[in-house]
Amino acid sequence: MGLEYVRISPGFERYMPKDYVDLVQYGQFGKEVDIQQLGQFKELVEEHPMCAGCFMAYFIRVFYAALPKPEDTIVIGTAGCARLALSQAAVPFIYGNYGDTNAVASGLKRALKIRFPNKPKDVVVIAGDGGLIDIGFGMTMHSWFRRENFTTIMVDNEVYGNTGGQESGMSPKGVQLKMAPKGKQFEKINAVELAKTAGCVYVAKLSPTNPKRIAKTVRRAVLAAREFGPTFIHAYTSCNIEYSIPTEKVLEDARKREKQDFGFYEWMTDEVKEFFEELERSPQEVKT
Amino acid sequence: MPEQRVVDADELILRTERQRKFITGAQAMAEAVKRANVDVAIAYPITPQSEVMHLVGDIWAQGYIRDYYRAEEEYGAMSAIAGAVRGGARAFSATSGPGLLRGLEAIASWPGHRIPVVLGVLTRVVNAPLSIQPDNVEISYLLNCGMVVLHAENQQDVFDFTLAGFVISEKVDVYIPVAVCTEGFFVTHAKGYVNITPEELKLPPRDPYKAPVPPTDCEIPPARIQRDAPVQKSNFMSYLIHAVWQQEIWSSNKRAMRYINHYLGGPIEVVNPGAEVFIVASGCAAAQGREAVRYANMEGLNVGLVKVKSIRPFPEKQVREVLSNAKAIIVPEHNIVGWLAKEVKACIPNSDAVIGGPRVYGGMTLPVELIMERVYDAFGIKKSKKVVV
Repeated sequence: MGLEYVRISPGFERYMPKDYVDLVQYGQFGKEVDIQQLGQFKELVEEHPMCAGCFMAYFIRVFYAALPKPEDTIVIGTAGCARLALSQAAVPFIYGNYGDTNAVASGLKRALKIRFPNKPKDVVVIAGDGGLIDIGFGMTMHSWFRRENFTTIMVDNEVYGNTGGQESGMSPKGVQLKMAPKGKQFEKINAVELAKTAGCVYVAKLSPTNPKRIAKTVRRAVLAAREFGPTFIHAYTSCNIEYSIPTEKVLEDARKREKQDFGFYEWMTDEVKEFFEELERSPQEVKT
Repeated sequence: MPEQRVVDADELILRTERQRKFITGAQAMAEAVKRANVDVAIAYPITPQSEVMHLVGDIWAQGYIRDYYRAEEEYGAMSAIAGAVRGGARAFSATSGPGLLRGLEAIASWPGHRIPVVLGVLTRVVNAPLSIQPDNVEISYLLNCGMVVLHAENQQDVFDFTLAGFVISEKVDVYIPVAVCTEGFFVTHAKGYVNITPEELKLPPRDPYKAPVPPTDCEIPPARIQRDAPVQKSNFMSYLIHAVWQQEIWSSNKRAMRYINHYLGGPIEVVNPGAEVFIVASGCAAAQGREAVRYANMEGLNVGLVKVKSIRPFPEKQVREVLSNAKAIIVPEHNIVGWLAKEVKACIPNSDAVIGGPRVYGGMTLPVELIMERVYDAFGIKKSKKVVV
């Protein structure tokens, strides 16, 4: 049914905006795209107002291209930089209140399960370190404890970027930021271990240096959430403004952090592992 | 659980034969939820509300509701309610005092997000020193959210307002949340006679496509309340978009009045319309006001009552009309700030006729004698005169 609502009613093709027609004809709806073909198909998000060189914007671009079923996906965000791009995408987006993403997603997913028991509807939260681990911490953790069936992606820029560069719980110790004029006094919170302890069935941590790997991780997180329980991706998406990373050095920085503390890490329950072994043997079945 | 049959809302609320039960306010609210074809109920404990969501949980366990859980806290509960309703479900939650304030950021955004839902507000003290006792100051925080706010006098009102609340909130020309408020303990934990509709009849399910703002379910093009980045920034476009959207919320709120007339017999109830002195009250205070009218009439004093059922939309016209010749207007309340007195004063030309009070708070009861003192004052009768009965 998801495809039904994106499809253009016959006779209206020439009245619809060109971008929309392209989206339906040359976009991702109803088919699978290869992330390495990025640039050769109409993407779900193209224009956004994020800063030049923003690695979060890059991650979000790859995220949308990796969605297994964009026509039946709802993205939820909160205040922060990410929502500036998320609200521009051709995927339904809910922007609620401060830090409420995982509670809204819980209610939404449950409603969709009641209304469409036999049809997968994917719910994905993409929020920042502040939204998920500071202000929304309780709701993030409890959605995991309750084993809600949706994916949480933390785009961690280690700072409150959108409000002007304040310290967050995910900022590294010692870093001098606004509201931390003497440097941050405590360690970066270990979100990955929290997610595992709280009951996520699939947990990954990455620095977005490899689009193929990002895509595979996103796809796995969404599919595992659909079938088994909460999933979590912790992605390093640097803030080149607040951390003064020159635009041309953003990728270099991501590689450096990958070596330091953002080495690719993936963990899943045995059940999920078995599921992917089966699924990835026959890639044709993914869309069903 | 009996097999429930769907009947038309008007049929269920206005025409089915009712049975008389002796039940608490909490039970009355749960009985209404049972008949409302609710999809999702989300609970979080707080005294004195907890009783309501315990009972709603039991109803879920019996199969009347499709999903139910105990949330992490009220902000989480009210946010999840928003998610469930945007997903097309019919939802219910209830809270009290500090819980309401904790959930208020989410609740205050419901009207703007066009969330048709019913929220039970079983009032209690907020603020320090902590107390779990009845006091309805929290209703004043709801008055500027844009939602419909109904104030129930007794167990019967709780049942009627809750059941009708679902119907009113989902009307296409309303489509905003409805708060059903009543005093904690005085109503929630006390029994009264309630005429209730048959257990085997329920409201039709929610049709989320009959809506001014569609659900977010990937079955229909979504509404993006927050769409373009420029709209989220400070510029004239954003001011305008916010302004027209909020104007529409408040117009929706006003449009609820026609359904309050239809399902609840109007926003006010008037006892002795030709009275010289009026008591204007809502919730529990209206019950005490009713008693005061009886006392006064026994003494030959021409006193009437205006019970205000709907605080938002506030029935300005109706209140103004009834009070146009009032010599004095007494507004007894269960809170310290006197929010109802302010509402009344703001909508009548003769606002100096309003006697703000008596007010009790922090859990105190509202003795009829306190109201009678103001009645005597209004008639220039010496205070030493004793109340009959």
